[in-house]
Amino acid sequence: MEIIKFIREQVAMTERPAFKAGDNVSVHYKIIEGGKERIQVFRGDVIQIKGTPKTHTCTFTVRKISGGIGVERIFPLYSPNIDKIEVNKVGKVRRARLYYLRAAKGKAARIKEKKFFSKTS
Amino acid sequence: MIGIIGKKIGMTSIFRNDGASVACTIVEAGPCYVTQVKTNDTDGYNAVQLAYDDAKEKNTPNALKGHYAKSSVNPKRKVVEIRNYEKSVNAGDVVDVETFAEGDKVSVVGVSKGKGFQGVVKRHGFGGVGQATHGQHNRLRAPGSVGACSFPARVFKGKRMAGRMGGDRVKVRNLEIVKVFKEKNLVLIKGALPGAKGSYLIIQK
Repeated sequence: MEIIKFIREQVAMTERPAFKAGDNVSVHYKIIEGGKERIQVFRGDVIQIKGTPKTHTCTFTVRKISGGIGVERIFPLYSPNIDKIEVNKVGKVRRARLYYLRAAKGKAARIKEKKFFSKTS
Repeated sequence: MIGIIGKKIGMTSIFRNDGASVACTIVEAGPCYVTQVKTNDTDGYNAVQLAYDDAKEKNTPNALKGHYAKSSVNPKRKVVEIRNYEKSVNAGDVVDVETFAEGDKVSVVGVSKGKGFQGVVKRHGFGGVGQATHGQHNRLRAPGSVGACSFPARVFKGKRMAGRMGGDRVKVRNLEIVKVFKEKNLVLIKGALPGAKGSYLIIQK
């Protein structure tokens, strides 16, 4: 166990914002094309987080609808190729794995946004 | 050939410099001690005997104690002989993870996990029947015919059948060393390795 802990400490973990399944995020990731590096944005809903976000092996799946076709991409949370992650919306969902979105169409495929009200206002 | 004895710790993944995530096995390798150097003149073949993992002295037979004392090494649990060792070493020398460098291709020998009595589908990769109709009832994973009739009137030796699976010596070749941690005696090897956690492995190059 100590050995695995030691290996974990060797992996540089850049800080990532906290998000959950149901949140809408933009993942800015680096791609190398013809020797040049550029940043591409993948924006969609997080449908699952695998592993604990504290460990470097944690991954998350982002789903978006691109040209009418559902596209899912799995990112390692601490991948050095991820420039930054932006949380655009916080979703109101009742489960941690949103696989039902794959079959859902139309209104059912939307995730309600969680609204925050401060108590004083 | 050069080699080292190690112990399987578990699996994890690590990021490469280009950002790729690589699944790898953590192996605690060495330090091993050379307990005997065999040469063609004295033993008929060239080999180096390595010992790894401290054993209690009270659990070591006197005969072995004497053997370890010859090379002034404390009693060990695992002793392995590696033929035609490509580095010149003397009895009592230490062999550690620095034997290997990152990017080296190695082969790893271990004893696979015991699977118990298994059928032919799992043990030998038979296809099974794959048909639910045409008279199939409960024969989905059956081996089928084991041979012909009155000639040869017997089942050939070596016919693959159900039986004990696993617990065999397995060698996996062409594995890459992803990282070496000298102070902790650790190596990360790309991919999965045979055996249970805590079992001994021989890493060879």
